[in-house]
Parts: sequence; structure tokens; C-alpha cells
Amino acid sequence: MSQMTRRLAFVVFASVVSVSPVLAQVDFSGEWAPRMWEDQPERVPGPDLGDYLGIPINDAARLRAEAWDASIQTLPEWQCRPHSADYIWRGPSQLRISKEVDPVSRDVVAFHAEWLRSVDRAIYLDGRPHPPADALHTWAGFSTAKWDGDILTVTVTHLKEGYLRRKGLPRSDQAILTEHWIRNGDYLTIVSIVNDPVYLTEPFIRTTDYELNLNQQIPPYPCGVVQEIDRKEGDVPHYLPGTNPYTKEFAIRHGLPVEATRGGAATMYPDFKEKLKTLPPAKQDGK
Amino acid sequence: MRVHPRWWVAAGFAVIAHTAVIAQELKVAPSTLVHAPMIQPPPAGEIEVLPIRGNIYALLGAGANIIASVGADGVLLVDAGTGELTDKVVAALAQLQREWSARNEPRPLGFGAETRSSVADRHIVAPPKPIRYIINTSSTRDHVGGNEKLRNTGRTFTGGNVANDIRDSMEGAAIIAHENVLVRLSQAPEGRPAPPADALPTDTYFNDLYKLSHFFNGEGVQLLHMPKASTDGDSIVYFRGSDVIALGDLMATESYPTFDADKGGSINGIIDGLNAVLDLAITEFRLEGGTMMVPGHGRIVDSGDVAYYRDMLTIIRDRIQDMVTKEMTLDEVKAARPAADYDPEYGRTPGWTSDMFIEAVYKSLGGGRTPPRPVRKK
Repeated sequence: MSQMTRRLAFVVFASVVSVSPVLAQVDFSGEWAPRMWEDQPERVPGPDLGDYLGIPINDAARLRAEAWDASIQTLPEWQCRPHSADYIWRGPSQLRISKEVDPVSRDVVAFHAEWLRSVDRAIYLDGRPHPPADALHTWAGFSTAKWDGDILTVTVTHLKEGYLRRKGLPRSDQAILTEHWIRNGDYLTIVSIVNDPVYLTEPFIRTTDYELNLNQQIPPYPCGVVQEIDRKEGDVPHYLPGTNPYTKEFAIRHGLPVEATRGGAATMYPDFKEKLKTLPPAKQDGK
Repeated sequence: MRVHPRWWVAAGFAVIAHTAVIAQELKVAPSTLVHAPMIQPPPAGEIEVLPIRGNIYALLGAGANIIASVGADGVLLVDAGTGELTDKVVAALAQLQREWSARNEPRPLGFGAETRSSVADRHIVAPPKPIRYIINTSSTRDHVGGNEKLRNTGRTFTGGNVANDIRDSMEGAAIIAHENVLVRLSQAPEGRPAPPADALPTDTYFNDLYKLSHFFNGEGVQLLHMPKASTDGDSIVYFRGSDVIALGDLMATESYPTFDADKGGSINGIIDGLNAVLDLAITEFRLEGGTMMVPGHGRIVDSGDVAYYRDMLTIIRDRIQDMVTKEMTLDEVKAARPAADYDPEYGRTPGWTSDMFIEAVYKSLGGGRTPPRPVRKK
């Protein structure tokens, strides 16, 4: 290879590497299958009760989670509740992303994401503003997006109240979600950042992966409400403070200090490992 | 292969530049990001108009939320605000009427012999139709303060074989409410003048429900009494065609509900009312949409939001009921912070703090009626 050729190769390499994020847009449309390489216990069976490790919650979130009783899911109002936009990435369902194209300009003006048990989630790229603050909040929220090179950065407002983890750890309806959609060939990575002024003290950041699946089909999933439990009208299942018997279950099973499982911003950082060494592991009450 | 050092430098700069771009792209939003690029509400002192569905609009900013049905029959209002911004409410309603007229103007037939329209007609907009009805969901000032002025800008429907000048009986909009609203409003606080007659309900009901006897703007309108809710005279208003419910003070999305035990209000009445609303409402899909609802204060809601609010109040009620059963004093209950998990969202409203709400719930559940326990000597 001549010196000139080598020089040319370097110029091309440097140009491509430094310029490509500015020019490119990525097609996210397609059928995506979940790949549960991260946090599998949360994504299929569901998180353990009382496991808030590494989640920057405040005391209010912790108290509310400890009042949560799984039986609340049997109330007619909650039997068909879908996961909210911030949580549904973590579910076990396959994902379909379709794109909406302006017939004249041929610009991609929106992506639509849907999962097995979700409502349609539109992500608008046409520059429209978010609705007024007093408009209805929904499970999908209201999403707009802009390109940062190859990465699609999405801002989601107007979320209905949801959960940080689906066994009672709340996320308020005042939360704002930022997402970064990143496609590497057949792999899709979603970086999700939840800012919740009610229940979080710092942003809660998660990544979730999917892989392109050409043979996938998402079937319809109608949901019907039934009467599951004969209970007194108006009852809402919950634990009174201090009466939930399951709050230490996770800590005891894994030999962890209870304090660590209570979560909070401090448990996200490496320094906490030092503190962990000073804390006794959880034991059954009375032992 | 030997590469000249300056090409390594060039390549290095390129990689650094690329890394910087990626790093910027992945920059984590700061925790202070709680304000999104939403359409901001108008400043205080202005009215925000939100379309709900069909002919139904919410007017926010005049005290309690006002719901308006605007159409061919004129205007029906649910609640009247405090009264300070009534002129702006009237102006907003007139604008909605003009927009409705523009959308629904009669279309000329369009052939050459047509004589009922002219070019000049196309530049004329009919005057807004009047306010016909005002419904009060409660007797509190933020719901009824604008009654008198709004009533006097309106004109109700009437007719029949009446003596003298029939126009006399049409003056002013009709004001509809539960009978207890009239009773509360008629009882002027000691030392203060009685409210003007034009501020009082003209049509009341005392059973469980009341219906307008005819369609208004193409749909039935129904009032359902919510006994012992924020007061003893609360109603919710159901627009049956649009499938919209005005919730009154059963709900406020940014605070705990207000209720006044001295006027017959109670926490259990509020919870019963929310459960009745959930029974009435039907969602479009997966607990979302369908029946739309406008609370007395705060944003537009649907069944999911009401269910969350109902859950919250039931859980706090149960906790305080447990403490009342254990004969805890009010100070002990407050110190136990039975609403601590909901306070960051609902307990920060000036004038209706968490402590005030807890005290109202405590008294509503009979707390403090038993003699305090003797102090145990150690």
C-alpha cells in the first residue's frame, strides 16, 4: 500500500468516525424480541418484594411500597392496567416499532411502539409541542423526539402514575422520562432515565436490550375484567404500617443487610460496598 | 507499514471528537429536569380553556374548575368560580360560542337562484348565545362566587301561558343545585349580609338525582347527589352523550380533597363518591380514556387517575381509622405521619396542608370523642 493510499485511508476513517453521527438517522422500525440479559428476575417473574437495591428512592416511596399488597391487582380497576412507558421496556413482551412517514416530504414524522399488553405509544418527530400541563395523563405519556446523531432522544411527559418496580415501588404522575434509542445492527438498546420529583432523589437510569426478530408476530391481547374476590365494597388491599411480613424476605434469602435492600441513592454507588461490610446480614425475626 | 506521526495525531483527534459526540449524546439528564417542553398554562389571572370532548370544555384558573357545554342551545356551566375573573370567563365563553358558530354556520345552497345569503353575510358572526344554566356542585365560595354575575349575563329557557311580560321570567340563567347548597348559601355568617338573591340556586333537588328535563346541546345532563362528601350538598354532573363527568370537590389532582365536617362533609363520603364515579365510568381501553372527568381542582382525569386517588384516600383513611380505634390522640396521629408516603404529591398545598387534612379525617372518623387515656406513670 503506497503512502498516499494509507494517508487517504486515514482521512476517510477520520471523516467517517467524526461526522457520521451528525448525518445519519436510524430506522428503528421492525419486530424486536426481548433479550433478558439484564435483570432477568425482574423482567419475567417480577422483582422480589422488599428489593429496592440501587434505586434512588426517598422515604415516601419506601413507605408506600411497604404498604403494597399484591391483592390490589385483583381490584376491577387494576386487572387490565398495562405497564407505563417507562416500565414496559422491562416486561417480557416482544416489541413492534413501526414508522409513520409524511407522504409528501417522506420524512419520518413518528415512530409507534407497541408491546403485547400495551396501548399504542406514539413518538413524534414532527416538532409538535407537548400538551398543556393540565391535559390528561396516559400510560404511554406524550413523547417527542429529536436526533442526536444516530441516537434518538425521546422526552416523555403526561405519564399516568406507574411504578419503578411492579411490586409496589411507585413512580408519580409528575415524572418525566428521557430515553435514548440506540441501534447497533440487529440490536436495540434503550437507555431510560426517570426523573420523579415526588419519589426519587436522583435520576433512575436503566438500559434494556432487544434483538431483531424477522419471524415475530405480536398477537392481540384483549383483557376482560372479572370478579375475582368477594370482598366488601370499597375495600382496597394494603398493609398498615409495620404489618407487612414480607419486607425482609429478600434480604434474608440472599444474606444481605436489610439496610442495603431499602434502596436509596447511596446504594447506587461503589462507595456503598465499603459500608456494606459493616452491616450485619438480615435474620429471621427472633433469631 | 510506517505511518507518519501527524496522521496518528489526526486520527487521534478524530476519535476524541467522536467520543465527545457520543458522550454528549448519552449525557444523563440532571435530576432537576422536571420541567418538560409543555404548553405552559396562561399566567395567574387568565383563563385556560381545554377542550374535553364534543361540546364540553374545561375553563381553568377562575377558582374551582368550570365545565362548559357550548352549542346550539347556548351555554350550560358547571360551577362559577370565585367571581374575581368572571368577566374573563364570560369572554372565553363568548369566544367558544363564536368558534362553535363558525364551525356550524348554515351553508348556503350555492346555486345561482339562491337569495338567502349574500357576500356580506360571510363577514357577519351571530352574537353568542346566552348562558342558560349554571350548576353548582358545592356551596363553597370557589364554586359559587361567580353565580350572581354569570346568572345576570345569561337568560334561561321559559315559556307557556304566563301573565304580564314573559320576558321577566327569562331574566338570568337558572342556577341548579342540591337543596343543601341553597340552605348553606342562604345562611349568611353572623354579622355578614345575606347573599344577593341572584347568587342563590333557582332550582333545587333533594333526592338522589336530578335530570334536565330535555336534551341540552344534544345530550342529557344528570346531577347525582354525593351525600356527606365535601359538604352535604355535593353533586357530580354527568354529560351522558359526551361521556364527561364533572367531579366537583370529590377530587383535586394536586392536593388532598377538602371537606368540611361542619357543613356535613366527611372522608367516607368522599371515598363513597369516588367509588360511585368508578362504577359509573367506563374506560375506552385498559383503564384509560373512555369517560373523561374534570375534578374541582387540577388537571383532566379518567378512571385510572380516579382509582389511584380512591386508593390513596382509602389507605390513609384505614390507617387513621386504625389509630382512632387504638384511641390515639390527634397529636399522636399527626406525629405518626399516616400520609407521609403521599405528602410529597398532595400535602404541600398552601391553605390545606397534610396536617389539616389529617385532622379533618381524624375528626371525621370520630377521633378524639373518647376521653384521652390516662398518662401511665413509669
